[in-house]
Amino acid sequence: MDTPANLIQATGLRKSFGTLEAVCGIDLCVARGQVLGFLGPNGAGKSTTMRMLTGFLQPDAGTVKIAGVDLAIDPLGAKRNFGYLPEGAPAYSEMRVEDFLAFTSRARGYRGGEVAQRVNLAVARVHLEPCRGQRIETLSKGYKRRTGIAQALLHDPPVLILDEPTDGLDPNQKFEVRQLVRDLGKDRAIILSTHILEEVEAVCTRAVIINRGRMVFDGTPKELDARVPAGVEHNRLDHIFRTLTAMNSKERA
Amino acid sequence: MSRARDRSSKQDGAPAVAHAALVSAAQNNFGPPPTPSAFARTMSVFRREFAAYFATPVAAVFIVMFVAIAALLSFQMAGLYTRGQADLRSFFQWQPWLGMFFMPALGMRLWSDERRSGSIELLMTLPLTTRDMVLGKFLATWAFACVALLLTTPLWITIAWLGEPDHGVILAGYIASAMLFGTLLSVSVCLSACTRNSVVAFVLSVAACFILLLTGFSIVQDFFAQWSPKWVIESLASMSAMTHFNGLTRGVFDARDVLYPISVVFALLWVNVLLLDWRGSK
Repeated sequence: MDTPANLIQATGLRKSFGTLEAVCGIDLCVARGQVLGFLGPNGAGKSTTMRMLTGFLQPDAGTVKIAGVDLAIDPLGAKRNFGYLPEGAPAYSEMRVEDFLAFTSRARGYRGGEVAQRVNLAVARVHLEPCRGQRIETLSKGYKRRTGIAQALLHDPPVLILDEPTDGLDPNQKFEVRQLVRDLGKDRAIILSTHILEEVEAVCTRAVIINRGRMVFDGTPKELDARVPAGVEHNRLDHIFRTLTAMNSKERA
Repeated sequence: MSRARDRSSKQDGAPAVAHAALVSAAQNNFGPPPTPSAFARTMSVFRREFAAYFATPVAAVFIVMFVAIAALLSFQMAGLYTRGQADLRSFFQWQPWLGMFFMPALGMRLWSDERRSGSIELLMTLPLTTRDMVLGKFLATWAFACVALLLTTPLWITIAWLGEPDHGVILAGYIASAMLFGTLLSVSVCLSACTRNSVVAFVLSVAACFILLLTGFSIVQDFFAQWSPKWVIESLASMSAMTHFNGLTRGVFDARDVLYPISVVFALLWVNVLLLDWRGSK
């Protein structure tokens, strides 16, 4: 099968909630081997964009293609090609970790021995072995997040969409998740939303900053760093992030 | 917890090499993803939902309360034994009223909980259609309600032991009860998709089930008679779930009594699919 160069291809995405324009015409292409850091202040439209990329929300305008499959034309075909970690890593709290993973495995079409195989693989990948028989509601925040990442990885998809995968984790857990994302990003297309700027430097090969539903920066972390004015030594990314998002707000005002 | 500890200790003992091999085996494994049939997709949702009842005390509480109240109403209120008749009419006559409260209790959380906890985002982004999810959830809940209903069969056995009942009529009563529960459940599941609050879903469902049961009765007919045209009142009368239920429990087979619950269930599940798709576009 001819694999398209851009595994994620979103064109002219727009979404309004009543009179509020949450996303105003975003174009996004992510190729294999790219880890895209999707940045923006709270309420910038990151989660709304990701929800449109995954088919949870229907865009008012625009198209989304995942591994060349149009989400609006063949939603099931497109959904088979990505793994998604929603914001806050929601799961069925009354289920045991392995039962939850077995459910997502079956929903993805695996049967019989394949289910156990997929679950074992996902559990091993994110080091969930100590709590695989535990109920999700009894897990710590870190393990809950790992469970969410495990279900996203379970079918070994070429595309991963992770909404704030390290939010609320302790430094050790953050380190582990970032290392995992870096490893996975070598042969996948990954979009990772965050508002932690150090994450971009740590794992991303490309950064996109959005503010009030509009893209204000698209480039490599180095290009982002190059925009920092001379003389700024500390919190360089924070500085440019503030400049970009504040500038955009003023322009709009 | 002990199960978790057992597993944990086993896993800790596994050689690190095996772990690395397992992980590396999946590297670059972008084989074609499976394409399950609609039935397989629906069954995956069914299985999760059905198991969810037994993962919490919901199953035990529901079944015990349902069987206990059904028996109490049959013996105390309707005089199952004192009537001196070998039938279960006094048991079946309470089924609509039991269903009016118990089915909303089962159905209220199906979508509202998903929305409240955010797990709906996970479910909706799995390669499942809205129809698979609605049908899987409905069938699992209905199957659970049928399990509760089956657990009242000792009453049938007792009656069979004490006298010589018409088993065909009793079987028809059980089938009618299962169909009625399906109808009431479809109302509840549909309303559960309208709110993220389970209590609101429950109250709305009880009210809707009450109206659906009593549309043929004067309490509802009188209300509509004051301002509705005649055809509305006649339509309402034919839509009463109670009328069709009573027809079946008498053991008289009328195709309309069977088609009624089936068509109501399909219509409401279809509305449920539309509601969820509409919310996705919002």
